[in-house]
Amino acid sequence: MKDFIEGSDAVARAVALCRPGVISAYPITPQTHIVEFLASMVADGKLKSQFINVESEHSAASLVLGASAAGERVFSASSSQGLILMSEVLFNIAGMRMPVVLACVNRALSAPINIWNDQQDSMAVRDSGWIQLYAETGQECGDLIFQAYRLAESPEVRVPVMVCLDGYLLSHGLEVVDVPEAAEVDKFLPPYRPTEKLDPAVPMTFGPLAGPDYYLEIRHDLHAAMRGALKLIPSIAADFSRQFGRNSGGLVEAYRLEDAELAIVAAGSVCGTIKEAIDALRQEGVKAGLLRLVTYRPFPEEAVSAALAGVGRVAVLDKAISLGATGPIYADLATALVRGKHQARVNGYIAGLGGRDITIETIREIFTRLSGEEVSAGFVGLKG
Amino acid sequence: MPEHLLSPGHTACAGCGQALAARLVIDTAGPNTIIVNNTGCLEVFTTAYPESAWEVPFIHSLFENAGAVASGVESALRQTGRLDQIRVIAQAGDGGTADIGLQALSGMWERGHDILSICYDNEAYMNTGIQRSGLTPTYTSTTTSPAGKASAGNPRPKKNVMEIALAHGIPYVASASAGFPMDLQKKVKKALAIRGPKYLHIHVPCPLGWRHEPADTYRVARLAVETGLFPMVEFEGGQQTGAYTLSAPKPVAEYLKLQGRFRHLFKPGAEAALQEIQAIADRNIARYGLVKPA
Amino acid sequence: MSVNINSRPGSARNNRTGSWRVDRRPKFLRQNCIACRLCLLVCPEGIITGKAKNSFETDYVYCKGCGLCAAVCPKKDIEMIPEDTETEG
Ligand code: SF4
Ligand code: SF4
Repeated sequence: MKDFIEGSDAVARAVALCRPGVISAYPITPQTHIVEFLASMVADGKLKSQFINVESEHSAASLVLGASAAGERVFSASSSQGLILMSEVLFNIAGMRMPVVLACVNRALSAPINIWNDQQDSMAVRDSGWIQLYAETGQECGDLIFQAYRLAESPEVRVPVMVCLDGYLLSHGLEVVDVPEAAEVDKFLPPYRPTEKLDPAVPMTFGPLAGPDYYLEIRHDLHAAMRGALKLIPSIAADFSRQFGRNSGGLVEAYRLEDAELAIVAAGSVCGTIKEAIDALRQEGVKAGLLRLVTYRPFPEEAVSAALAGVGRVAVLDKAISLGATGPIYADLATALVRGKHQARVNGYIAGLGGRDITIETIREIFTRLSGEEVSAGFVGLKG
Repeated sequence: MPEHLLSPGHTACAGCGQALAARLVIDTAGPNTIIVNNTGCLEVFTTAYPESAWEVPFIHSLFENAGAVASGVESALRQTGRLDQIRVIAQAGDGGTADIGLQALSGMWERGHDILSICYDNEAYMNTGIQRSGLTPTYTSTTTSPAGKASAGNPRPKKNVMEIALAHGIPYVASASAGFPMDLQKKVKKALAIRGPKYLHIHVPCPLGWRHEPADTYRVARLAVETGLFPMVEFEGGQQTGAYTLSAPKPVAEYLKLQGRFRHLFKPGAEAALQEIQAIADRNIARYGLVKPA
Repeated sequence: MSVNINSRPGSARNNRTGSWRVDRRPKFLRQNCIACRLCLLVCPEGIITGKAKNSFETDYVYCKGCGLCAAVCPKKDIEMIPEDTETEG
């Protein structure tokens, strides 16, 4: 069914179709609409889940961890400071191999306090052992939720998944979204049947203390599961497109890259603007292209390297920065290209922090600067 | 069925009051119980991977979140209609309960989850090396509140978690002690028969941190109660319904002198501090009616 | 998952903590026992068994020699003896 709705609504409807047994969240702008939509579905009896209002994001993440360990499919959502407050639990959820799905509505981090969009929050927890998927459109916000549960609950993965959507731009932006029927979703997403859960019949101990003799192997196993997800993500995306008749998700999306000489690499809703800029540049004879990262963790090195083969100059647009170093995507991409023995020149640009508009003009500026000075963290749009 | 639901082979110190109490709790609660445990001594000495001393389903996540994790476990059981058959216990030490874990615990109580929360109170952060917590009593010498020429130890009074629990309007709040095993078991049983949030605060001597002989764990625990320093009381529906009464309270010095953490109070010049501790016991006795009027 | 990160119930039994005993171990005299069960209730290891009077015993594989059982016995029917003492039976 097609409906003109905001990204938050697309997420909430997708979550409801996945029927989690337990939902818990703490309100933070701009995540609130997602949980408000879910709360009203529960209040109206349309969604038969436990919806638990907690006293902090730390507890929201902890609560869904507990419910997941007890065998239920779960959901939470957060943003910015909330995600950072839960970061201790995020590492724990991944380490305990709980298939939690969480929507991160991307927002800048304090200080100064700022409620607008960038991607510093999810980027700051990129090492937590969560798979991170970045949506470009409202449609994809919902579509990634279905795929996230499939991925997280796959026995060979068992890793939590964070679906990242840009605050306001996607969470509050209205667009026509195709919301699937329940029966279709049920065909795509089997019921969650954990191999082990908190159960008196088989009373296992979850979350033990592991010393130097064991910790390394356990962490390696988590890393290997993340790397294994690189194979599963494209096959789940392919399944999805067979089932629902549209493309969403996957590792990367290549846009007009075949013969490109210049390319931008980015993630999230900004890719819509970049595509428009590229179309305009192409009309002017500039061979420009885009590589959109859908999956940022695990980092799809091989897919990135293959997609950028033959591109002479690559600009990475980061909406976050590892202060004192570079943008996070830049660092990963530069490593991937070195490993792929690319000759491309890679420049890194930081834009859009704290909700500063990224327009077609901003993208044009990046393409222009790409032919000039070599930079690893060049801020774009700085005033005077 | 194993003899006990907490197996031997755990690595608690010899004479550990917490090991003693935790086994009494789980043996009373029975096999259809899920334990959610904060980080702390109890979690560390029972779950060194790849082994576990627990014979019931057990989960440890972090230092401060047992209240929230247990709320999640309880919500999952509620969602699947299993809350009638399975009990949930959230447990922690004094720091995990009264300091770092208080917010999650408060949230759990306020939301009315059907969970028994237990504090094993050994009055300091023992797992990390005997640092002061919010439940360390007045004038205790710990590694971060050491007694010295300019200090008589921890200057602040012990936080009253019982009152905090009561302020949430929960149906059952009680205190118990490792020195009164039968009373402890009775309270666990009673608490688990009540639906909604319950709180049990258990005083558990720590031979290492309190610096007493391991064989004195029981004696020290009893003296804490018999002096009035640790009142054993019960509240149902917000009203006090029980207290372990004393015919003649013992002087606090009898309790304190068995423990190295109070040794400095028996040096010349510490008389006033000792009197202050006696006054705390006297106030407890008056407040909770620990001595029945003749 | 190649490594199982959860632990089996009661597997701590693999740790034979009896090796911790330094110099003393409890001896159940079995003379004046009234089967009050206090020793069984307070043993932090949960290793004392027995039902009838004068039937109580411990498991030296795990006994840490803390002496709590001897300290609580109201009939003084448990004695802490030097570790190198022979026990009959
Ligand atoms: S000495 Fe301690 S560990 Fe050994 S049986 Fe007695 S109480 Fe148990
Ligand atoms: S404490 Fe003493 S009297 Fe009581 S059961 Fe044990 S051995 Fe027997």
